[in-house]
Amino acid sequence: MTVTVYVPRDSSAISKGADKVARAIAVEAAKRGATINLVRNGSRGMFWLEPMVEVSTPEGRVAYGPVKPEDVSELFEANFLYGEQHRLSLGLTEQIPYFAKQQRLTFARIGLTDPVSLDDYLAYDGYRGLANALKLEPAQIVEEVTTSGLRGRGGAAFPTGIKWNTVLNAPADQKYIVCNADEGDSGTFSDRMVMEGDPFVLIEGMTIAGLAVGATQGYIYLRSEYPYAEEILNEAIEVGMARGYLGEDILGSGKTFFLEVRRGAGAYICGEETSLLESLEGKRGMVRYKPPLPAIEGLFGKPTVVNNVISLASVPVILDQGGENYQEYGVGRSRGTLPFQLAGNVKYGGLVEVAFGLTIRELLYDFGGGSRSGRPIRAVQIGGPLGAYVPESNFDLPLDYEALAAKDAMLGHGGLVVFDDTVDMAEMARFAMEFCAIESCGKCTPCRIGATRGAEVIERIVDGKERPKQVILLRELCDTMLDGSMCALGGMAPFPVLSALNHFPTDFGIEESANQAA
Amino acid sequence: MNIDQADWDRDKVLGIVSALQDMPGALLPIFHGIQDELGYVPEDSIPLIAEALNLSRAEVHGTLTFYHDFRTTPPGRHALQICRAEACQAMGVNDLIKHAKKKLGVDFHETTADGAISFDEVFCLGNCACSPSIMVNGEVVGEVSSESFDEIVDSLRAR
Repeated sequence: MTVTVYVPRDSSAISKGADKVARAIAVEAAKRGATINLVRNGSRGMFWLEPMVEVSTPEGRVAYGPVKPEDVSELFEANFLYGEQHRLSLGLTEQIPYFAKQQRLTFARIGLTDPVSLDDYLAYDGYRGLANALKLEPAQIVEEVTTSGLRGRGGAAFPTGIKWNTVLNAPADQKYIVCNADEGDSGTFSDRMVMEGDPFVLIEGMTIAGLAVGATQGYIYLRSEYPYAEEILNEAIEVGMARGYLGEDILGSGKTFFLEVRRGAGAYICGEETSLLESLEGKRGMVRYKPPLPAIEGLFGKPTVVNNVISLASVPVILDQGGENYQEYGVGRSRGTLPFQLAGNVKYGGLVEVAFGLTIRELLYDFGGGSRSGRPIRAVQIGGPLGAYVPESNFDLPLDYEALAAKDAMLGHGGLVVFDDTVDMAEMARFAMEFCAIESCGKCTPCRIGATRGAEVIERIVDGKERPKQVILLRELCDTMLDGSMCALGGMAPFPVLSALNHFPTDFGIEESANQAA
Repeated sequence: MNIDQADWDRDKVLGIVSALQDMPGALLPIFHGIQDELGYVPEDSIPLIAEALNLSRAEVHGTLTFYHDFRTTPPGRHALQICRAEACQAMGVNDLIKHAKKKLGVDFHETTADGAISFDEVFCLGNCACSPSIMVNGEVVGEVSSESFDEIVDSLRAR
């Protein structure tokens, strides 16, 4: 009997030795004359258990982890191929509480399949959304996405259906679908996991977007820090072309959609949509003035849908199960699910896809298990380097767009970076300004100059040089950046700074009582 | 005169340029193509690229130097990057960076004296649940300690 053994090819799993484990399993199997089918799947997203090896048994997949190459021979000895007990046994994967408690829609297949196997994709409900879309008029596809309540998952949370509708109604000889895969926010990796673990779901989502708005060419603008994703996406696109799911006459429908991966070059600003378009056009990634919106004048001046990976990857399940079904998940105006990412100093870091509305505390403790260092959690930065630092007193806030915005925080791309009580919040504030200065495109003054001055002012506050005066100066500078910057980089860099200052004044050398917002 | 001139294969660069120049927005793919092949984009390849794309040299130079990834000098034999982003800071990467600079004897954006390792900072490798992370010749390594960092550096130097 041939047993199927799964070892992830996700880059986090590889970063902890998955390639070596896969090789060791192949070698050991050959040595023992065991015939196995070794599949390199995506990750289930429980990174503290990676490399997590699974075997298929009649009861379901059984997991072992974290596996080191030197454990492999022992695993064979313990008959792991038949799901038997070993000290690394985790039981049935689907019953691991972290996994079982999730509501996986966008991530439904990730970890189950061989990412580049189209047959696996089809066997696990893939391309059912496209099949439905091909039977609909473009406006009906847009309507379905509008009904779902899907909002841009990159962070801005703009309603996807409205954006698509604008592009649909913009007359042009050429339109484009651009996937923003420049996932540069620290603490986020859901885009990467989709591209490495289920590239076809992104390809299908982009193809549906193309049908919906009448675009025949798509580009995935992928950050250069994700070389494995590039390899896997290109492999999947090639398979899609060969099997008639991409290119001319998709599945005999007469519809056309071509897709190409373009590699970024290490500029954080290119995650801003207009800067991304400039970069795709072969220019410096300088932010554009808006209007015109990219939906009217986008790539090469043509109407363009620019969506994040998760937004596009959520489209197939919406077209498969219906927008109505999708919007039943979530709270308030935050509909559906969000793949949250637990990162930094957290015991059980990984990917948690659940409906909006869970509290920060539930995510940090019920899923995350507290800090990895075992010390108290002091602050969580939510939504990337431009997101606010949230103190313990706000951990009971529900994770939805509006609830966080009401507290001057933001959900962004759903990443939570956990810090324990050893963190120096003044240093984190200074770093936010330094990062903004390094990554500023330089087009507008508040961001280009403000970030550099901001870092200097924070240094002076920490050094105690005219502290009260410098604090006022910092707040004024933050106001200028908030109101005067052209895009979110300069316009939001003050969030981590002000949240650190307001919630953790003592780290800046300021008495709690003296810290009143001007 | 530029003493580095002709240290690179002009025909190879011309081949890359002519293969890619008709793509829409070809400039970044061309830079990547050249850097993937040579390890850097030579300053004096700029006129060739400018001519092929009908751009000014200033435009090509301006774009090349905008992006952190592109370098205009030959790299060391190995590329090593440390992630400085928040998740890695939460797991003590700033101490690792101090250690790394001492171990390598260089700062960011420099190459070790023996020409073995080009050392750079990076902002997020998307490995934020396994921090701190580094990238070694395009491969991500997670949960790096000073000890495992030293082992990696020693093995790179031996290669």
